[in-house]
Amino acid sequence: MRLALLILLLALPLAGALAAPDGARLFREHCSACHGFDGQGGMGLPLSLPDFLAVADDAYLTRTIRHGRPGRLMPAFRELGDSQVQAIVGFIRGLQPGIPAPPSNDEPVAGDARRGADLYRKHCQRCHGADGWGGRGTGVTFSRPRDFPVMPPALNNPGFQAAASDRFIRRTLLHGRRGTPMPSFRERGLSEQDVDDIVRYVRQLGRAPGSWRPPAEQPPVLMFDSPYSLAQTVANIKRAVVGNNFRTVRVQPLETGLRPPGEESPGQYVIFFCNFEFANRALGLDPRVGLFLPCQITVLKTADGGVKVMSMNPKFMSRIYNNRELDEACDEMHDLYLSIMEEATL
Amino acid sequence: MSHWQTLPFVLFLLLAALGRPVLADDLLMARAPHPFPEAMLDLQTAIAEHGYHVSHVQRVDVGLGRSGFKTDKYRIVFFGKADEVRELLQRHPALAPYLPLKITLFAEADDTLLTTFDPTMLTRLAPQDADFILRLKRWKNDLRSIFHEMREGD
Ligand code: HEC
Ligand code: HEC
Repeated sequence: MRLALLILLLALPLAGALAAPDGARLFREHCSACHGFDGQGGMGLPLSLPDFLAVADDAYLTRTIRHGRPGRLMPAFRELGDSQVQAIVGFIRGLQPGIPAPPSNDEPVAGDARRGADLYRKHCQRCHGADGWGGRGTGVTFSRPRDFPVMPPALNNPGFQAAASDRFIRRTLLHGRRGTPMPSFRERGLSEQDVDDIVRYVRQLGRAPGSWRPPAEQPPVLMFDSPYSLAQTVANIKRAVVGNNFRTVRVQPLETGLRPPGEESPGQYVIFFCNFEFANRALGLDPRVGLFLPCQITVLKTADGGVKVMSMNPKFMSRIYNNRELDEACDEMHDLYLSIMEEATL
Repeated sequence: MSHWQTLPFVLFLLLAALGRPVLADDLLMARAPHPFPEAMLDLQTAIAEHGYHVSHVQRVDVGLGRSGFKTDKYRIVFFGKADEVRELLQRHPALAPYLPLKITLFAEADDTLLTTFDPTMLTRLAPQDADFILRLKRWKNDLRSIFHEMREGD
């Protein structure tokens, strides 16, 4: 009797967990921020185009979710259960219910990679880049000024390479994707052999050395001790900001807006500054970088009377963006913060 | 040990397993099914309903037009709890660059996108301070709950 009750109690929550996962809900929670509520695309590629779903087999979709695209925004979803991933794939299929899934088939395609390399330079490089790094920025272009209405994805990406079978790449090249800049190379007059040669070369792109790794762990904060008074330190920072071609936007107590004017802590100041050219370049690469904006340096008087100058560490933050192009901008910003704070506390 | 003694333990394990977040993501994101002005209001309401005070809204659109951007709908919302901010900064000054908390939001066609980072990433600023870590977790839960509301458009 007791045992039966125990089993019953155990089974109750499990029943909920084992019920079929809701693909639409999971997609909304995990994918819609980048791919849109209905797969129309955003920071990520469109997923609802008929030409995409006609060539994308279920193995490609499943593996893309599992591997993500390291260095190209899309995270790897390792924590989702198999049934959840399956439900998401089902939801994506449902975006074009009339189009059957092509068979998943990992049999390699035979071809001549050297011939493929020449064809790649001629037909693909201007969009997907010399080494397959893809366009600058990702996904669908909304209001940001960029080179294409949909940015060509990175073909050397380990996530793409792990997800795509030779057959998938071949189908993609023959078919093209109407509604995006990706042309059909059947229509462009390439033969099936040409396409197979290119497939072999695309495979080589994935083996090239120098692929992206997430930046190493970094401390969250950059910090300096200032030998000057709080007011003098703030003045020094303003001068150093201008000296580094940035513009001071505002200087205010850290508690501004949290407490009535005059009641903010007098020992905590924030200097906001900006360089529009720099900010706009970063926003074009990844619209989520707003978390870095405007640049800010904080000056604090500590309990023992010392003055500390600090900023967040852009290298610490860049890890979480999974964006190779942004890493470079973050390195630049890291050096800029250091040089301003060094100058101000010298 | 009788079954009755093991039961709470087994239940605890089970609930712990089920309650684990599906995705431990460092960058929290949400798409709100509302145009920018409406989402901006919804966000400020949601922040207030979670017990925080919006301290400042920063425009990031000055100069965007000149660089070819076709939108000026980009804002950063700063918010916090006054007493909590003051008290935590006394104990852990290194937290200052991350306070007040912030959420960015920007328009994408008829939707609005929101981003913030998971505050528990800052655990290592004071890994021994249990109260500090609890606060970071609470912030994270509140942020997730705010993002959930924004995503569902309610
Ligand atoms: C005019 C620009 C352009 C050219 C030229 C071009 N592509 Fe693309 N390609 C794109 C875009 C844009 C996409 C994304 C399409 C989408 O949104 O579904 C794409 C998608 C792909 C994909 C799917 C990858 C993925 O992650 O989904 C492959 C594979 C690909 N292209 C290979 C090639 C190869 C090989 C060539 C040359 C034979 C080529 N492309 C030529 C723009 C181009
Ligand atoms: C942070 C943004 C982001 C999130 C979240 C995200 N993706 Fe992506 N996804 C991308 C980007 C960006 C690409 C293209 C990579 C490139 O340009 O090299 C992509 C590519 C893809 C592709 C390949 C499309 C093609 O044309 O071959 C699929 C399929 C996909 N994502 C599915 C998903 C699913 C399903 C989820 C949720 C479980 C998801 N993504 C979550 C950004 C994201």
